[in-house]
Amino acid sequence: MSSDPRQRIAARAAQELRPGEIVNLGIGIPNLIPGLLAPAAGVFIHTENGLLGVGPRPRDEELDPDLIDAAKRPVTALLGASYFDSADSFAMIRGGHIDVAVLGALQVSALGDIANWAVPGKDVLGVGGAMDLVVGARRVIVTMTATASNGEPKVVPECTYPLTARAAVDVIVTELSVFRLRGGALCLTELLDGVTLDQVRQATSAPFRVELEA
Amino acid sequence: MTAGGAVSAAEAVALIRTGDTVMVGGFGLVGAPLTLIDALVEESDATDLTIVSNNIGEPGKGLGKLLRQGRIRCGIASFFTSNPEAVAAVNAGQLEAKLLPQGTFAEAIRAGGAGIGGFYVPVGAGTLLAEGKETRLIDDVPHVLEWPLRADVALVYAARADELGNLWYRRTARNFNPLMATAAAITIAEAGEILPVGGLEAESVMTPHLYVDRLVARREQ
Repeated sequence: MSSDPRQRIAARAAQELRPGEIVNLGIGIPNLIPGLLAPAAGVFIHTENGLLGVGPRPRDEELDPDLIDAAKRPVTALLGASYFDSADSFAMIRGGHIDVAVLGALQVSALGDIANWAVPGKDVLGVGGAMDLVVGARRVIVTMTATASNGEPKVVPECTYPLTARAAVDVIVTELSVFRLRGGALCLTELLDGVTLDQVRQATSAPFRVELEA
Repeated sequence: MTAGGAVSAAEAVALIRTGDTVMVGGFGLVGAPLTLIDALVEESDATDLTIVSNNIGEPGKGLGKLLRQGRIRCGIASFFTSNPEAVAAVNAGQLEAKLLPQGTFAEAIRAGGAGIGGFYVPVGAGTLLAEGKETRLIDDVPHVLEWPLRADVALVYAARADELGNLWYRRTARNFNPLMATAAAITIAEAGEILPVGGLEAESVMTPHLYVDRLVARREQ
């Protein structure tokens, strides 16, 4: 596995996706996933600015100013893709038609609450589609490093940053481990290669059950 | 719109008055009616505007130009952050900001155009963005009451129009444009290409002409 924690997280999160699923990818680590998916993975990528069937980055000669993803980066559209307006796109999201949202977070709580749009004391002026996605997607997978740059754990007993939604997260993938919310309880289900339970405990301030899977 | 084709951008934006609420299409600059925005910046004196747009442009680009002129009193958007100058204006008390989750923002515009008086969504419940809003349980899930958005004037961009004002959008340049076209007293459409009536296949018309009041040809960007 890659030694770059972001690649490692993205690669593990990619394994959570099943063929045929409709997947929305947030900015940052989730956007590394398309480069890690096998062509046979068979997932369809939705971007909330109005496209189902996002393809790879365009070559220079394929650049189209009318074709971007929600991060405002140029993309391509695969055969079988479709375009729609923003109300339709968010009806798909709120209406439960998106199987999986993979997105970053600042904090996730022991109850699956998520904070990923605003830092206290800073500007709270950009929410975009974050709230719609975590509420509407059928499965929410958070990809984030286990600790912030100041070393503070990001899996916490309770979010102290402004909430995006309550009890919305299903899976947390960090560079150390995988957590799953089961019946509202936070469970450690996997240690990534070479990681010890102690390392996870040190990097996590939330209480969790240990239910490691073989 | 009755057949007659395009008017000048200056003539069209003269319909915008001081104090108006103006919807502006686009996701960032993609699908934004840049010719109409330039005309509003260069040829109109209307000020004290409320702008309904997903972003307030970028620094010095699109609606960012109008912001620099100090003509926006209030912004209703989901992502001000894409223009740091808009964020600075809010922090300096020069711009009032109303932030909505993007799907709620889109649906509020759709509701405004469709004669819907309000709607409940689970999105935002229990967060900062629901403060001061009515919340009720629907099927045991907290939902937030959101109000429709309407405007005096909508500025939209479509890649193609016919001379009646039927519109066709291209790829992800569609975004908020078809919604905004329905939700204003006056809709001004900027088109990349204006075809004779019949030039758009009836089945491919995305915004029927009844929503469109003025048509303006896009100036090469």
